[in-house]
Amino acid sequence: MRLGSGTFAACCVVVEVLGVVLFLRGFFPAPVRSSSSSKHQAEPPAPEPSAGASSNWTKLPPPLFSKVVIVLIDALRDDFVFGSKGVKFMPYTTYLVEKGASHSFVAEAKPPTVTMPRIKALMTGSVPGFIDVVMNLNSPALLEDNVITQAKAAGKRIISYGDETWVKLFPKHFVEYDGTTSFFVSDYTEVDENVTRHLDKVLKRGDWDVLILHYLGLDHIGHVSGPSSPLIGRKLSEMDGVLMKIHTALLSEERETLLPSLLVLCGDHGMSETGGHGASSTEEVSTPLLLVSSAFERKPGDIRHPKHVQQTDLAATLAIGLGLPIPKNSVGHLLFPAIEGKPMREQLRFLHLNTVQLTKLLQENVPSYEKEPGFEQFKISERLHGNWIRLYLEENNSEVLFNLGTKVRRQYLDALKTLSLSLSRQVAQYDVYSMVVGTVVVLEVLTLLLLSIPQALSSKAELEVPLLSPVFSLLFYLTFLVLSAVHVIVCTSTESSCYLCSLSWLTAGGVMVLVSALLCAVVSALTKVLVRGKLLSKNAAHSNSRWSELDLLILLGTLGHVLSLGASSFIEEEHQTWYFLVSTLCLALCHDIYRNYLPGDDCEPQRCLHVEGGFDGATPALQDKNTSSAVLELNRGCKSPSSLGTLRGYEKWMVLASPWVILTCCRLLRSLNQTGVQWAHRPDLGHWLTSSDHKAALSVLAALSLAVIFALIQRRCSPASKVAMALGLLGVYCYRAAIGNVLFPWQQDNKDISKGILEARFVYVFVLGILFTGTKDLLKSQVVAAGFTVKTVGLWELYSGFVLLAALLLRPHNLPVLVLSLLIQTLMAKFVWKPLRHDVAKVTVMHYWFGQAFFYFQGNSNNIATVDISAGFVGLDTYVEIPAIFLTAFATYAGPVLWASHLVSFLSSEASSSALSHAGFCYALIGSFPVSAYIILVTSLRYHLFIWSVFSPKLLYEGMHLLITAAVCVFFTAMDQTNTKS
Amino acid sequence: MKDTDIKRLLYTHSLCIFSIILSIFIPSFFLENFSILETHLTWLCICSVFVTAVNLVLYLVVKPNASSKRSSLSFKVTRFVKCCVYFLMSCFTFHVIFVLYGAPLIELVLETFLFAVTLSTFTTVPCLCLLGPNIKAWLRVFSRNGVTSVWENSLQITTISSFVGAWLGAFPIPLDWERPWQVWPISCTLGATFGYVAGLFISPLWIYWNRKQLTYKNN
Repeated sequence: MRLGSGTFAACCVVVEVLGVVLFLRGFFPAPVRSSSSSKHQAEPPAPEPSAGASSNWTKLPPPLFSKVVIVLIDALRDDFVFGSKGVKFMPYTTYLVEKGASHSFVAEAKPPTVTMPRIKALMTGSVPGFIDVVMNLNSPALLEDNVITQAKAAGKRIISYGDETWVKLFPKHFVEYDGTTSFFVSDYTEVDENVTRHLDKVLKRGDWDVLILHYLGLDHIGHVSGPSSPLIGRKLSEMDGVLMKIHTALLSEERETLLPSLLVLCGDHGMSETGGHGASSTEEVSTPLLLVSSAFERKPGDIRHPKHVQQTDLAATLAIGLGLPIPKNSVGHLLFPAIEGKPMREQLRFLHLNTVQLTKLLQENVPSYEKEPGFEQFKISERLHGNWIRLYLEENNSEVLFNLGTKVRRQYLDALKTLSLSLSRQVAQYDVYSMVVGTVVVLEVLTLLLLSIPQALSSKAELEVPLLSPVFSLLFYLTFLVLSAVHVIVCTSTESSCYLCSLSWLTAGGVMVLVSALLCAVVSALTKVLVRGKLLSKNAAHSNSRWSELDLLILLGTLGHVLSLGASSFIEEEHQTWYFLVSTLCLALCHDIYRNYLPGDDCEPQRCLHVEGGFDGATPALQDKNTSSAVLELNRGCKSPSSLGTLRGYEKWMVLASPWVILTCCRLLRSLNQTGVQWAHRPDLGHWLTSSDHKAALSVLAALSLAVIFALIQRRCSPASKVAMALGLLGVYCYRAAIGNVLFPWQQDNKDISKGILEARFVYVFVLGILFTGTKDLLKSQVVAAGFTVKTVGLWELYSGFVLLAALLLRPHNLPVLVLSLLIQTLMAKFVWKPLRHDVAKVTVMHYWFGQAFFYFQGNSNNIATVDISAGFVGLDTYVEIPAIFLTAFATYAGPVLWASHLVSFLSSEASSSALSHAGFCYALIGSFPVSAYIILVTSLRYHLFIWSVFSPKLLYEGMHLLITAAVCVFFTAMDQTNTKS
Repeated sequence: MKDTDIKRLLYTHSLCIFSIILSIFIPSFFLENFSILETHLTWLCICSVFVTAVNLVLYLVVKPNASSKRSSLSFKVTRFVKCCVYFLMSCFTFHVIFVLYGAPLIELVLETFLFAVTLSTFTTVPCLCLLGPNIKAWLRVFSRNGVTSVWENSLQITTISSFVGAWLGAFPIPLDWERPWQVWPISCTLGATFGYVAGLFISPLWIYWNRKQLTYKNN
């Protein structure tokens, strides 16, 4: 089957989107959570089970501890406390562990072993997925049900000192706090003294219920000099002193109160042998967990070894200890030793509460929960528990009662363990199988695209896509069989949950068919290329047409950008990469222009001759890309002197000046919005404009921008859409005035600020009108064959519709971005691309680069927090999901979308018939290259320290960008279809 | 002819490299607390002066384009003044380009300007020495197949490598290593210097290697 290269590219990108979605699904496993998690209203606690007899204990049990002190030492590894280092440097803690009233555990942390997710795990008992970060876009605050929120709701007074992550996660939860930043890694004394200095005062005061201390010094020492540094010992001694101080203070206070208090010593994650953390080695995931309280009885000579538990178990234990409901999403189970000393009835009550909570979570997350062994165990133990209660209420304390109680307890503990295990299996792991399949699909598509470059960019812009042959080839069936076998093996043997396996057999089979068909297509394309390569090497003198500087820059720039994605700083500061590349592109264009246009000497004709020579040598290989570019270069080389002659004086000067004008525009835009991380705090024009003091300036700027937009856009519109455009832009200003961003000259006081729904809808009407007129023109040009101009006008109208929509949605201080984008497009089209006759591939790549740069000029970054969600509410009364998502996506990706639609209208007005499909192919290729490389990079960096904070948001951005690219490619194809038909 | 030229090229280039090395070590005898990173601006000035001086001396001694043009005093003076003007213009042009590339406009003006001066010394000064204040000749040298001698060829290589060095020098700035040399414009000046030295080093070798293929129009 023969396909146009644009259509082929669009199909490829659509398949690639599927692959990326599969990868994302594997990379971000859906978290286990309770469906009612968003509401924090207290549900009544589960009543005690009772078989027939009426139990009156339906309220939550009272707290076990009056005060809880949590000492969290960052990067505290288990052997720092329980090993030889602990014995040597932490004598008091060792005494507590070995002889004191304490319970010690080794708590296993789940990767990523980084502070923020670990704190979440400790306090919610769930395993935080990345999706959480996406769900609460702008606020880093923890919205999930957690111990701290519950404690606050119960009226407990909480104090936090130490790492400011706590303050960020739980804003307004603490009656007193002092956050220390983890920014200066080389500081490891000050950062801890800032915590300890509060201790004396607070311990004496005693007007609090929960005290959280988070010490960062140990982690910093680890990062700087590793776990075997002598500094570690000194720091551990310091921490030992702190513990002793707290413990003695608690003990002395306990005499006055009835209830005992609890001291928790824990680490958030461990420390690898090199001192870092983030990955999943044993050293990094093993942390000590020590519970100290006078409530824990201990016989002398009772030596216990620390048991292995999960880090998530602490949340349930703390909740029970403070008399709070267990966090809904907690997958941990109660640390039983902590309640061992209580009477049997209370013990069973606590265990029952925990089991009920876990079962509820299981019911909401596992469809076939009834078959789970944990659920059956829960049913059995609940029944037994009921029997026990009846017995207990009937007759008091006896041997039978005690024996039965022990049995029930054992049954509960088993149920808890099973439930907790099956729940935590649901999350926490990268679903590597789905990730691999997704990656394979993406890579196959990319290879296919790369292999078809020579054919797709040939002058015919068509390529032979072997669709039937793979279906009948042996290779296809073999691959399919092998893949199915692998699928069955993986799905039956895997322990963790896997998205592909949970799909129906038909869908999974479809994926397998897709993978094997793509493989066959790649193989056949490869053989074709090889055969052609042989042919070419036979007639040896083939294209040695050299790369121009621009080609080289484009190639190196693309490669360099892709490679830079491996470094977290380059992702954070990706805007710098694009600005740098665009500036260099302008300089390269400048060089190109000056060489062609300044009064040169005799080298010009010689060049022409030279290229012609190369062209003659390569005629047999007409389809080769190099040759086709040589043809275009030939055109340019020979025509430019003549076109130079025809240019008038003014135009010539404009040509010479335009790169500099564009560079200046880019520099202005760059200072409009500071983004990224390192320099984001620097003052920029955007902040200056949006501050309320400069409303007048912003108004003038917005009005001016809208006027310039109209001036630039109207010249090629039809009269009707001209009027619509003018009214629409006026409406944009009215909308901004209505919501109070800008002022009317006659309206001095900003009185009633509304949501501007009427004004926004007014603009929407015109946007739709312009888009409709454009589409109508396009269809007319196709049906009536009215010709070229109607089509060009139609495309331009579509483009201006997009501009109007962007003008409405972008924040008012970003209107200059739109203006300068239009200005640069006009300049480039008129004075650079047209006179220099760049080939389609180059023009496409330049559009792509500028689109990317404008994405960041708008103030976007690779951080999810910079997405402007307010765009989703323009003209809407309430949150309506689909339009809101569409509008937000459009506003975020306005830069790339506008540049792509400009590319369409530019090429259709400009060049030959195959231009659009060439452009579509190039756009698809250059858009899918970074995403494929990034997927591999992210997979290999999945245990990186910054995987959640830097790489994952970028992955989401890349996925979204690919989706936009796919939409653009489909648009290209549609335009191309109308083109060929007409 | 060619071989002797290449030999002379090698000698002059090694002198240039030597001057840069000297600019690193000599000032520490006279100035206290001198180091490239901490007193970077001083080093930039000294390095520019050294390189300019060596280039001028070499130009006067070697005279690579010994053409028999009229050499009246007034012509020489106007030529010199023109050269100075060109040099200043190139400094300002580079400064503007740096700002357009994103260098701060108001802060660090002196640093940016000194970087522009340094880059001009590496690129414009040799051009002025060799080609004179003649824009057409410059354009010829820097367009494809335009070089007419070994000297111009090496000029092309060193200039381009200085530019590329300065360009690559901007790469480490966004990285979060917190090193003192990541501050603007230190990494770029260092990059330009490395590029220049690499160009000086490579160009004789490259020309020697390709001496069979290289044909110049006038010989």
